[in-house]
Amino acid sequence: MTSKDNAPTTYRILIGKPGLDGHDRGAKVIARALRDAGFEVIYSGLHQTPEALVQTAIQEDVDGIGLSILSGAHNTLMPDVVRLLAERDADDIFVFGGGIIPDGDIPALEEAGVRAIFTPGTPTTEVIDFVQRTCDEKYGRDQG
Amino acid sequence: MRSIDDLDKRILSGDVRAAARLMRLIDDRAQRARTFLSALQPHTGSAYILGVTGNPGSGKSTLVNQLIHQFRARDQTVACIAVDPTSPFSGGAILGDRVRMQDHAGDDGVFIRSVATRGHLGGLSRSTPAMVQVMDAMGYDVVIVETVGVGQDEIEIVRLADTSLVVLVPGLGDDIQAEKAGLMEIADVFVLNKSDLPGSDRLKREVQTMLSLYRATDGDDPLPAIVQTSATGKQGLDELVAAIDDHRLALETNRPTSVRNRNRCAHLIRAIARTELDILFDQKATSKRFDDLVDDVEKGKIDPYTAAEKLTRWLTE
Ligand SMILES: Nc1nc2c(ncn2[C@@H]2O[C@H](COP(=O)(O)OP(=O)(O)O)[C@@H](O)[C@H]2O)c(=O)[nH]1
Ligand SMILES: [Mg+2]
Repeated sequence: MTSKDNAPTTYRILIGKPGLDGHDRGAKVIARALRDAGFEVIYSGLHQTPEALVQTAIQEDVDGIGLSILSGAHNTLMPDVVRLLAERDADDIFVFGGGIIPDGDIPALEEAGVRAIFTPGTPTTEVIDFVQRTCDEKYGRDQG
Repeated sequence: MRSIDDLDKRILSGDVRAAARLMRLIDDRAQRARTFLSALQPHTGSAYILGVTGNPGSGKSTLVNQLIHQFRARDQTVACIAVDPTSPFSGGAILGDRVRMQDHAGDDGVFIRSVATRGHLGGLSRSTPAMVQVMDAMGYDVVIVETVGVGQDEIEIVRLADTSLVVLVPGLGDDIQAEKAGLMEIADVFVLNKSDLPGSDRLKREVQTMLSLYRATDGDDPLPAIVQTSATGKQGLDELVAAIDDHRLALETNRPTSVRNRNRCAHLIRAIARTELDILFDQKATSKRFDDLVDDVEKGKIDPYTAAEKLTRWLTE
């Protein structure tokens, strides 16, 4: 239907795989779960640089970026994406992450602006709820 | 994101973020998109629009990736709209065409946008024609549109594109014949992709035979070229670009830009009107009044044709 306010009719999320690791099973599980929850999901494919992901996010006008990293390079890659978004006047695009990330690293990542970190074993529904809630908040929508 | 009040001006100055936002407003059928699109309209008409259709898995996205390389090598800027289907169950979609176009991440001369069909049939989204306008207004030399690629009724792309590529692959069996018949009239260039696999020459002979049956050589339009490619093996790409150039040249000779712009305007008006009608139809066909109409037909008070006539009349009241 026609939308009249500023909020979009459909949320769009980029699922990105920055860095060197070649395992995208987790990323694809999240992409499918988001689709099944009604999101339009843009999947980047493997081995993307933070610059490329930010450019993609802007071209696709997504609401948020989910980064899946299993290579251990999360401490640089995730904050890089947040920083580059800010540099491109796009810090309204939120960033969340998943992968093999030690608990000890999480506070620093959150400090750097990553909105949530999901470690292996997190139920998919928890990730979807987070994305839904964060998008709703972005447009000032009440939680239904 | 800053206020969106000056989206049109920012788009004309090349602001990708602003263009991406307008495309979303268009996709969401937001009222505000309209003013911006009108402001962009005078700046459109110079992009060359290339359509790419063909079954899922035939290698469209891989080919588009290679075509972008070719156009970039001669310093043309390229925009691409890649359409994927929306899930009829959830309304969501996974848009994965970009995966095959990663080579161009980081190149500011390339703008790729993934679009979901959102329930529209015919290979494109409702929003595609207007999104092409936005990319055209931004000054991209070539706009490539990759369709969903299911079924042979993807004729919308023909109306939208200057040159339409139909991608076929070998080894799909004999029942393909009937399907190809539908494609014979769509193609300006046949791309026989995956020519590294067995059966490509046979496919070529089949297409030639079908063409001689379905297409006459007289009239303005030249007979479509047939080019064998391997998008993954980077074979036949120069030939493909040459075939596209040839078609463009023939088109520009037979149908000057003014005529094509006129056709494109006609297409755009139809696409917009059809979208409006769709929305209106959905509203009227789910109204309380419509329920009463159903009651009447159910009870045998009126026949379905009369009821449908009434519904049709509501659309224009
Ligand atoms: N053997 C071979 N495989 C190809 C060729 N072009 C594409 N593919 C593969 O075909 C699959 C589908 O390609 P894709 O571009 O996504 O097809 P689309 O669905 O039509 O966009 C991928 O696995 C490609 O690597 C080709 O020329 N030869
Ligand atoms: Mg594709």
